[in-house]
Amino acid sequence: MADAKTTSFNLSCPVPRVADDRIVLAHGGGGRLTHQLIEKIFMPAFGNPALEQRHDGAVVSVNGSRLAFTTDSFVVRPLIFPGGNIGDLAVNGTVNDLAMCGARPLYLSAGFILEEGLAMDTLRTIVASMQKAAASAGVQLVTGDTKVVDKGKGDGIFINTSGIGVVEEIPCLAKSARHGAPQVVEERQKGMPHVSPVLRDVGMRTPISPASVQPGDAVIVSGDLGRHGIAILSVREGLEFESPILSDCANVWPAVEALLHAGIDIHCLRDLTRGGFATTLNEIAADRNVCIKLEEALIPVNEVVQGACEILGLDPLYVANEGRFAVFVPAAQVDAALSVLKKVEVSQGAVRVGRVEESPGRTVILQSRIGGNRVVDMLSGEQLPRIC
Amino acid sequence: MKFLSEYRDQKAAEQLAEAIRRKVTRPWTIMEICGGQTHTIVKSGLEELLPRTITLVHGPGCPVCVTPIALIDKAVAIALRPEVIFCSFGDMLRVPGSSKSLFDAKAEGADVRIVYSPLDALKLAQTNPDKQVVFFAVGFETTAPANAMAAWQADHDHVENFSLLVSHVLVPPAMDALLSSDHCVVQAFLAAGHVCTVMGFDEYLPIAEKYKVPIVVTGFEPLDILEGILMTASQLEEGRHEVENQYARAVRREGNRPAQKTIAEVFEVSPREWRGLGEIPASGFQLRGRFQKYDANRRFPFTGAPAHESPECISGLILQGIKKPHQCPAFAAKCTPENPLGAPMVSSEGACAAYYHYGRRQNDLVQPELSSPASR
Repeated sequence: MADAKTTSFNLSCPVPRVADDRIVLAHGGGGRLTHQLIEKIFMPAFGNPALEQRHDGAVVSVNGSRLAFTTDSFVVRPLIFPGGNIGDLAVNGTVNDLAMCGARPLYLSAGFILEEGLAMDTLRTIVASMQKAAASAGVQLVTGDTKVVDKGKGDGIFINTSGIGVVEEIPCLAKSARHGAPQVVEERQKGMPHVSPVLRDVGMRTPISPASVQPGDAVIVSGDLGRHGIAILSVREGLEFESPILSDCANVWPAVEALLHAGIDIHCLRDLTRGGFATTLNEIAADRNVCIKLEEALIPVNEVVQGACEILGLDPLYVANEGRFAVFVPAAQVDAALSVLKKVEVSQGAVRVGRVEESPGRTVILQSRIGGNRVVDMLSGEQLPRIC
Repeated sequence: MKFLSEYRDQKAAEQLAEAIRRKVTRPWTIMEICGGQTHTIVKSGLEELLPRTITLVHGPGCPVCVTPIALIDKAVAIALRPEVIFCSFGDMLRVPGSSKSLFDAKAEGADVRIVYSPLDALKLAQTNPDKQVVFFAVGFETTAPANAMAAWQADHDHVENFSLLVSHVLVPPAMDALLSSDHCVVQAFLAAGHVCTVMGFDEYLPIAEKYKVPIVVTGFEPLDILEGILMTASQLEEGRHEVENQYARAVRREGNRPAQKTIAEVFEVSPREWRGLGEIPASGFQLRGRFQKYDANRRFPFTGAPAHESPECISGLILQGIKKPHQCPAFAAKCTPENPLGAPMVSSEGACAAYYHYGRRQNDLVQPELSSPASR
């Protein structure tokens, strides 16, 4: 039945597609194209030591104080989604970026780009959410700006927030005391949360930065993955589930603060927003030339989120979160860190999911449920739903 | 999770792998037809569990991979028309045409939208009466019922501003073409479970008989695939060549009759060009009779330059299982998911993309050598 063409393999293949002559959506997807944009366009223009940290925010010294500074823009559609709205996101997103620097969030700015025709009620709802989120995070919105663009030139509302926080000098457990960590931590839990407890045995804190990640570290994730992305997608695509998925949008500073005050020697903190857990881990593995090994069976994913991902052909490891973070700690402090995290509401689902090893460098490897291994790569652009 | 976790159980996987090891006495080459199965195999690291004597080759069952370049060019040209809203499943958007992909067209201002169902595209047509809504009807037998239903519904509701750019392909003719090739290395098939959910599996009986190959209808979870391999290997070892059904929880012998009826009402079998394989007679669907008025090919005559191809991509050899993705000189060098030379590097079901994302740094683990061509 095969004709000559089939058996002689006249193979077809297109010429390479040039993807870098204009911006495509995938440049904003948080994957490899986003990184190319940063490395090829922004870094050469702006490169400096603070930017080189490649962290969620910059930590700079001003008159002896260490300040964290960060900015983020929010362009979500729909503006109001199950579990939150663009206002909560804009406050919590920037607060969390500061928290990931180990900094207590203090002040925010907000820039609003409003589209002509936006319902005033929608704006009121969003602003009320921002106020509530700011109050609950203990930050003040101290400066702002408003612009209005023609109808059709914006998606209702775009918000940019910038934030300043302060890195407090809180001692950590001395390296020699790590094995005794759980007992010491329990003592500290009784103290006032905002007051540095008196430590019996203290050491210098490792800077919280991707540069501090090292082989032997344990990888902890603060809760189940993928809720925010699936909550957004379910509204956008009209998917209905038996129990609705709410975004995990939340301020994670209380969890970070508890870790700091418990004296945990945090090596690195990263929130798991755009590009999800897998992208974050790939960035760190590449930066530090280490291997991050994960166990699929340990990674927490809500059953409904998992089901939605199966239907849509998405991998929850790459789905965005807005109230989850990864924390790297010395292996000896895993139990202490977990017991602290589980006592804080926003991180009560924390679990250890993997560890850092020396080789193969620049790689994230996941052991599947059936026991095979695979590489968890960085995505090229956004995840695309499969055909069947 | 019910219906998932029990098919990803480590203990059961080890038991099946052990049964395969006990059964197999010599090298065998088995092709999984469907890209969804390739995805599971590579994603779960399943080949690590198999004896080295079992070689899995990845078949042409990825709709993104086999859609001809000329049709991608046509889709791009239609999408760029100002009056058109072009709707597609997500993973078609990054497939490169001669000069651009649908994503590029979108960046140039084309109204290209990802939909999850052809009926969503039909709804768009109803809510945008001043626009022409075109749906890229791609896929195997699995997606044919929904695509047929969209045309049927459009006809029923008299929606005039809706059309389908059809590129439907069929599994059995492709298997026949692969097996009849002199270069064929495949000794047995894992047939695509979801295709058989729609079509049943009687149409595989003549193929098994004609070429003396075992065919096992197989599901998509890791345990399904391990069990499918065990059933296939047992047939090979015992010299049998039957059609068996591993995926009995979803597939009935006669398939889904109402779905088949809808397909037959809307589509007729036609010859199809397969990217990488060439034209295969009676291997696809086109709209029939009164539904031809929904054919985007007729509504938007294409006048662009003929599609041109580069010789570097060996996708044809890969889709036939003659080469593994990493044996292509361009793999992971000139050809990456950001700059794909060929379609198998684009879709998550494409063999090249699956190797690139999940396996390229573990060559020794997931890329066993091909056995010599089968003697049938």
